Formats: sequence, C-alpha cells, structure tokens
Amino acid sequence: MILARVIGNAWSTVQHRCYEGKSVMVVQAVDTDGRTPNGPEFLAVDSVQAGPGDLVLVAREGNAARQVLGREDDPFHAVILGVVDEVDADGRVTPGNAWTAGEGG
Amino acid sequence: MELAKVIGRVVCTVKDESLEGVRLLLIQPQTAAGEPQGPPEIAADALQAGPGDIVSWVTGREAAMALPRKFAPVDCAVTSIVDHAWRDRSLLDGEGSR
Repeated sequence: MILARVIGNAWSTVQHRCYEGKSVMVVQAVDTDGRTPNGPEFLAVDSVQAGPGDLVLVAREGNAARQVLGREDDPFHAVILGVVDEVDADGRVTPGNAWTAGEGG
Repeated sequence: MELAKVIGRVVCTVKDESLEGVRLLLIQPQTAAGEPQGPPEIAADALQAGPGDIVSWVTGREAAMALPRKFAPVDCAVTSIVDHAWRDRSLLDGEGSR
C-alpha cells in the first residue's frame, strides 16, 4: 500500500457496471511528508468518503480492491482504504491534513 | 487504473482466435490535466470509445475482467469513457476536505 493525496476526481456515465455508484478519485502518490510526489498520478476508487486534499492509504492490487468494493470478477484495480490522520516517519510526525494538525475548522 | 486519450485504432486480421470481435484502441496515458504520462498502449474496448475520448483503463488480470467475454487474453482494457476529470495540484499542501 502507499500514501497518496487526493487531488481531483473523474466522472463517467458510460462505464463498466461495477463502477456505478462509486466515486473515482484522481490521486498522486506522495512521500512520507505527505506532499512530495514520488510516483505517478492515477485513479483510485474511494471506499471511505475521502475528499479532495485528503492524505489517503491506497492499495493498488485488484484482489484487495475487489474484497472492499465488489465481486470477484469486477475489474477494480486501486482502492482508497483509509484517510490518514498522521504519519510518523523516523520520529518526524506529518499530519494527514491541516485539520489533524489542529489548524483546521 | 489511469486516464488516457484515445489516439487511434489497431486492426489485426491474423490474430489469436479468442481476440475475435475485440476492438483494439491505441491510447495515450495522461494525467487529469492532459499531460502525457508513459508510452502509448493498445487497449481492448467494449464500451465503443472513439478517437479523442478520454477513458479510464486497467492492466493485468483486471483487463481480462473488463471485457464481456471472460478472460480474453488481454492485459490492457478500457473501463470507462470519462465525461469530466479534474485535478488541482495545490491540494498536495494538505488542506484536507474535513
């Protein structure tokens, strides 16, 4: 699994039936500082009501996605599994969002 | 799963028989802002995407699942025709949506 930041989303009407009712977020893989891109921009299906700007936990593997999102023959690939409150890397604690750092509303 | 723009088609008459009737599109992977991201791919398409369409696509085993005929021997397939996609890189600064 990786850390990623939700930076947008994508809507489709003509799609594989398994995506109906699901929201597809545009995510950017980021480093443990929560903001430095360290991989591609890609799409992940949300399962935890993540919103734009959230630091999230993403699994990029079909089986994990299917367990969370659907049936065993649905072409899910990447899934947002959680909204990250904070990352503690080598004692350096990075808040997931401004709101977890106490600045948010 | 990523975004891509449909930039063409690929036609093969001599091919593995299980690819019979499978539409093959030439797609250019790109970001939600339209920046190319990686080399062009050839994706199987069951949604009738056309040239210029923005699509989402998957690779690996999921590609075989995206087609009506289960387990056609493909490793890249279109999963949707995208009506609208946006991204805002300033969101990397961690404002959060809560």
